Amino acid sequence: MSEQNKPAVFKVTIDNITIDVAPGTTILNAARQIGGDVTPPAMCYYSKLEGSGGKCRTCLVEVAAGSTADPRPMPKLVASCRTGVMDGMIVKNITSDRVLDAREGVVEFLLLNHPLDCPICDQAGECHLQDLSYEHGNAGTRYEFTRRTFKKEDIGPFIQLHMTRCILCYRCVYVAGQLTNQRVHGVIDRGDHAAISTFISRAIDNDFSGNMIDVCPVGALTDKTFRFKNRVWFTKPVDAHRNCDNPQCCGKATLWMRGDEVYRVTVRKDPFGEVQSYDGKPGWICNTCRFDKKQARDWVVEGLTTISRHSVIGANKYKILEQPKETIEQVMDGRKPKLLMDIHSISEVNKPGIELSELSRPAHSTDFKKADE
Amino acid sequence: MSKKLLLANAHVPGIRTYEVYRREGGYRSVEKALKMKPEEIVEEVKKSGLRGRGGAGFPTGLKWSFIAKPEGVPRHLVVNADESEPGTFKDRYLMEYIPHYLIEGMIVSSFALGSNVSYIYIRGEYAWITNILEEAIDEAKQNGWLGKNIQGSGFDCEIYVQRGAGAYICGEETALIESLEGKRGNPRIKPPFPAVKGVWERPTVVNNVETIAAVVPIINEGGEAYAQIGIGKSTGTKLISACGNINKPGVYEIDMTISVEEFIYSDEYCGGIPNGKKLKACIPGGSSVPILPANLLLTTAKGEKRLMNYESLSDGGFATGTMMGSGGFEVLDEDQCIVKHTYTLARFYRHESCGQCSPCREGTGWMEKILKKIETGKGEMKDIDLLWDIQRKIEGNTICPLGDAAAWPVAAAIRHFRDEFEWHILNPEKCLTENFGLRHYADAIHVPVA
Repeated sequence: MSEQNKPAVFKVTIDNITIDVAPGTTILNAARQIGGDVTPPAMCYYSKLEGSGGKCRTCLVEVAAGSTADPRPMPKLVASCRTGVMDGMIVKNITSDRVLDAREGVVEFLLLNHPLDCPICDQAGECHLQDLSYEHGNAGTRYEFTRRTFKKEDIGPFIQLHMTRCILCYRCVYVAGQLTNQRVHGVIDRGDHAAISTFISRAIDNDFSGNMIDVCPVGALTDKTFRFKNRVWFTKPVDAHRNCDNPQCCGKATLWMRGDEVYRVTVRKDPFGEVQSYDGKPGWICNTCRFDKKQARDWVVEGLTTISRHSVIGANKYKILEQPKETIEQVMDGRKPKLLMDIHSISEVNKPGIELSELSRPAHSTDFKKADE
Repeated sequence: MSKKLLLANAHVPGIRTYEVYRREGGYRSVEKALKMKPEEIVEEVKKSGLRGRGGAGFPTGLKWSFIAKPEGVPRHLVVNADESEPGTFKDRYLMEYIPHYLIEGMIVSSFALGSNVSYIYIRGEYAWITNILEEAIDEAKQNGWLGKNIQGSGFDCEIYVQRGAGAYICGEETALIESLEGKRGNPRIKPPFPAVKGVWERPTVVNNVETIAAVVPIINEGGEAYAQIGIGKSTGTKLISACGNINKPGVYEIDMTISVEEFIYSDEYCGGIPNGKKLKACIPGGSSVPILPANLLLTTAKGEKRLMNYESLSDGGFATGTMMGSGGFEVLDEDQCIVKHTYTLARFYRHESCGQCSPCREGTGWMEKILKKIETGKGEMKDIDLLWDIQRKIEGNTICPLGDAAAWPVAAAIRHFRDEFEWHILNPEKCLTENFGLRHYADAIHVPVA
């Protein structure tokens, strides 16, 4: 087909849903445009990092027809994150038993040597591996051998490396390579003893190293300044910004707060757990914003973060995206709810005139009555 | 006596040197090729029916015709001399004893592909062969077969030898390219294929040593004459490196018309099995192809004699057949333990996995641990089914063929030798001191009449 005859949009059918996408779109991104259950999970692919993807194999899909021009099926399952769509392509994701079977296998492989130390892991609650195993894995394991361990390595004052939790997605390697001039860490060794490491044992020290934490899908790289301070589901995410002097820093961040205290600063994330883009550029933040600006007064708070992700903290706790259509009365067959006790009116903890439940931000101490008032 | 092409002059004393090699008719193909058009050489290779000798058996002429030719972008030929498949040592023999054969083939192929800079990527362990090749390149250069304006044709070509650092995975063509570029040898995700974006994002053809060497007789005698040798789509001659329980291990050149039985038992080739032992099993094409028990090896499931060629060896698919592979012919006699053998292979693949994609990284280690458990008499019956399930979930789901290569030996061992695995599990103490033996593995198979 010559360049002129190429259609401007490609029609691709994923799980019987047809969508028009721009040529050059990958199957995964086409599925993301449809959204919902047909979107394959992705542990290593990160749309903002060039060269990422293809490694974890969780996004494998079946191509039932290659294109209108060549409708033969592809013999093997393909990594949807690295396979471009063709016009007339028919893809099967959750409608294919082969895919579901392979995906179950991949989840099992990823969890094989994972320590499952979620109770003491800072990533718990916002961990993609937790989500993945919950949605696609089995409850038990068939692995009966000692799990792999690594020699502990200190990679500097800001980032904690737990190699046992790593799934080798290479995202942190790409982010360091593409965001900074000098990457000092990478993957050493091979096979099941391959490890993220600095060569040789030096600290990762550059202005944007903190973004490695945000791209890590698991708890292998966590924020040392937040380590063991709180569980993510106890902290409340708010969107905030500040004028950062670093030209590469977008200055837009999510603060994870409890009361007035800022526990953690991260980039803002999109529904797929990736950093949000502003004007087509990924909104990475610098280490100063991330690790040093831990006071609410450093930031201009915009409001509560909308979380649409599906993990523990994402269960629409903070801002309801879709209100149920039924009222309580409808659910209760016309009976009105009986208020047993209006704690709000009798506790009198907050200032008169402030309805705590209607605040669009976390409640501050100024919203409450002081003892001497 | 089958026809010899590559090893015809291997016995001539001093064939390693340029002087003797040239006297015996060396570099004739370059003289001939430089008078041809590059497309004519590709056409000649297509006509010859030459198939890649590295293991996959992809038609070489077709592969060459895929190479992209964008304006102003250099193209490269890379010779894959990273011969690391256990049981395969044919390229080593060729490079060690007749290095000029490879150089000659490379000049012709480089001319056909338009590659002015070609590379030999050689496995690190072949350190001494690196020196041999570099000496041969120097000699060729001094005699005007390499460098600028070769033999007044206006064609420039340089050949560089690059040593690997001892990784099996770097024999996979895209991992080889990464390693050649000085990076970590992780296979690339295809597409783009090397023919479009290979070394330094330039169109590249990666071929096995033996494939490139076979271009020499194809040009000398013509593609059609080459295609006359052999049967069907298995044209020309093939180097087989035979090892294991045979009287005469070594590298043999066969013309792919002889039967497996003849290859093992005739005095011209392996010379039978020592100490009067019986044949139990064989891996005919390097460690990653499926192992076959004696009965299925010598005759196909249809009851026909199995021949040493691409089609006959893969007759019956993986259910009852195997693959030609790289030609690493490993013979196991009745005293060999299949469980131990499979465990050894699993250990190899676990060690050589690059660790990039999860099924291979985790699955190979898991299989090794289970096989060790069975081998040491601690196995349980459920482990056999578990092994089967693991290999099934690795195969086809990985970035590169190493996942398949790790899965196939385990699958084939369970498929054909399941009772030996079960015996190991049922006799946890006996299996440490005794072997299962030959049992029924050489018995004639009942062929149902269709």
